[in-house]
Amino acid sequence: MLHRLSFVPGRLLQSVPVAFGVTLLVFFLAHLLPGNAALALLGQRATPESVAALTEQLGLNKPLWEQYLLFLKQLGQGNLGTSLTYQSPVTGLVLGAIPVTLTLLAYALVLSLAISIPLSALASFRPGGGRDLGVRAFTLLGQGMPQFWVGIMLILLLAVGLRTFPVGGYGETAGEHLYFLFLPSLTLAIAMSPTIIRSLRSSMITVLESDYVGTAKSKGASGVSLLTGHVLRNAAIPTVSVIGVNLGYLVGGSLVIERVFALPGLGSLMINSIFTRDFPTVQGVTLFVALFVVVVGILTDVIYTILDPRVDLGRASSA
Amino acid sequence: MRTSSAAGTAASTALSLLRVTDLRIGIRRRRGDDTVIVDDVSFDIAAGQRFGVVGESGSGKSLTLRAVADLLPKGVEVLSGSILYDGRELVGMPGAERRRLMGPEIAMIFQEPMTALNPVVRVGDQIAEGPRRHLGLSKRTAHSLAVEMMAKTGIPDPERRSRAYAHELSGGLRQRIMIAMAVSCSPRLLLCDEPTTALDVTVQHQVLRVLEDLCADTGTALAFVTHDLAVVNQTCTSMAVMYSGRIAESGSVVEVLSNPRHPYTRGLLDSAPDFDQPERQLIPIAGFPPSVTGRPVGCAFAPRCPFAVERCRTAVPPREEITPGHDTACFESERIFAGVPA
Repeated sequence: MLHRLSFVPGRLLQSVPVAFGVTLLVFFLAHLLPGNAALALLGQRATPESVAALTEQLGLNKPLWEQYLLFLKQLGQGNLGTSLTYQSPVTGLVLGAIPVTLTLLAYALVLSLAISIPLSALASFRPGGGRDLGVRAFTLLGQGMPQFWVGIMLILLLAVGLRTFPVGGYGETAGEHLYFLFLPSLTLAIAMSPTIIRSLRSSMITVLESDYVGTAKSKGASGVSLLTGHVLRNAAIPTVSVIGVNLGYLVGGSLVIERVFALPGLGSLMINSIFTRDFPTVQGVTLFVALFVVVVGILTDVIYTILDPRVDLGRASSA
Repeated sequence: MRTSSAAGTAASTALSLLRVTDLRIGIRRRRGDDTVIVDDVSFDIAAGQRFGVVGESGSGKSLTLRAVADLLPKGVEVLSGSILYDGRELVGMPGAERRRLMGPEIAMIFQEPMTALNPVVRVGDQIAEGPRRHLGLSKRTAHSLAVEMMAKTGIPDPERRSRAYAHELSGGLRQRIMIAMAVSCSPRLLLCDEPTTALDVTVQHQVLRVLEDLCADTGTALAFVTHDLAVVNQTCTSMAVMYSGRIAESGSVVEVLSNPRHPYTRGLLDSAPDFDQPERQLIPIAGFPPSVTGRPVGCAFAPRCPFAVERCRTAVPPREEITPGHDTACFESERIFAGVPA
């Protein structure tokens, strides 16, 4: 088992140039604005003095390469600069928001699986049957509804109408977090699960027709024991990469959803700092999200390798 | 009696373990006639008997076997007829009851062990699955039983191999795993669907020996489907020859192979190489077997049969006993094989 995971250190090494590329992109974000970034930050009515002061503060009067090296050097020390609006280190702001967003994403993933696995199983046992049609209608509906709208509808129905869940916020204790995050996670799960169901349903249909399922039936397996013993793991293999790719999109979705549910996560931080032109914070959040996607890519390969013993990413021939 | 009795008189008096009567398998149509793939197939297998079914691709031999195991492909079903296992009717038996039989009573070995083994489950666990379900063994006891079964099928270093996955083993070892899996619950009837076709000849021989020995040990009856006459000759005691969904001829292996009474069986023997007579000219059977939807009205073999007369093209010949335990479905059998000692 472990020897098949020997590709991980190499993959981590490969992600170093990727990370460099990300820092480069993030760094030049501030320089993509037309004209002087400091002027753009301060707006049309800024006095020349304040523009000069901000230019000095941001180091914009230095040569570009020197600015980048300084940015990298600070990054190496864990310093992402100082937020312009909050007047506190960006690192602290980002680190404070990360747990909220990660919990939300993990929760959403768990809920998506809890929705997708039973529905896919239901649909795949008789493709083209009534249940299958129902599940397919759900996936179409789930894909067709905009996330923010689903979020608002859930708030209206379950929070305002039935008062079973809070309208927004994050809560204080771990239990409260799970309670407060249920609706936003469900919103994300409703958006995510159609993609998972589509993949899982079709691979389950293929697996159910395979010879080894016939073998399992000839050993007397049926129903749940057949599903857990010989179908789910095999069908999950292609779905894992689908989930891996879509987690990146899910981060994008969570930015909006955090706003809808007033969650103090990376999304809210990002949107607030975009509106207030708080560039160091935007840089910090972007950097983290980009690195998160890189890590998810590696994790996908790890899970893939664990699920499928035939996969050996360590070998050059199969890489 | 139209059902073929098994080899010799002993088997015909003994209560049969599996009795298939007038089995028709096909695709049911909502409108119009059903598509019949296997038609009017009847045979008996006594406890401990080794029964071979020979035929070319598309003759319906595998479907017949799969109908017994309840593993017919989607859309294909038993249209009519009866499959009696140990006195119990399998056709129409509730799924749960039928699956309780699968493993401890009836087991199956498939043609291609690479696809018939689950690629992501260790082979030892796949063998242990049946005994855990049917014999109620603990995980540990089932595992040691699996290792023991693997040793019995002649797999070297079974403890280590039990932790392997299918793709890490050779074709011969994989088929031994399949055999170990099938016999792990000591079934009374073992269905083999061309178990040696995917193997090369030397490995094929070894695997057949393992299969025979294990079945002899436990008194398991074999239903063996193959296109290879030599394999039937080596493994089975009685046999049926299938052509285009029907049984053409059946009887004891010695009787059928040395004294064929159906022109198709004759043709099969003439077209197969015989290492005892390497000089003999091989005579191919002219033409191709009919497609399922394009079967002729009369005897399905008539268009290819050099002896066919008018009657063969208009009516389906019934199976008739020529000598006790040996029957053939050919109108002209007596004329064709006249002079050949029965």
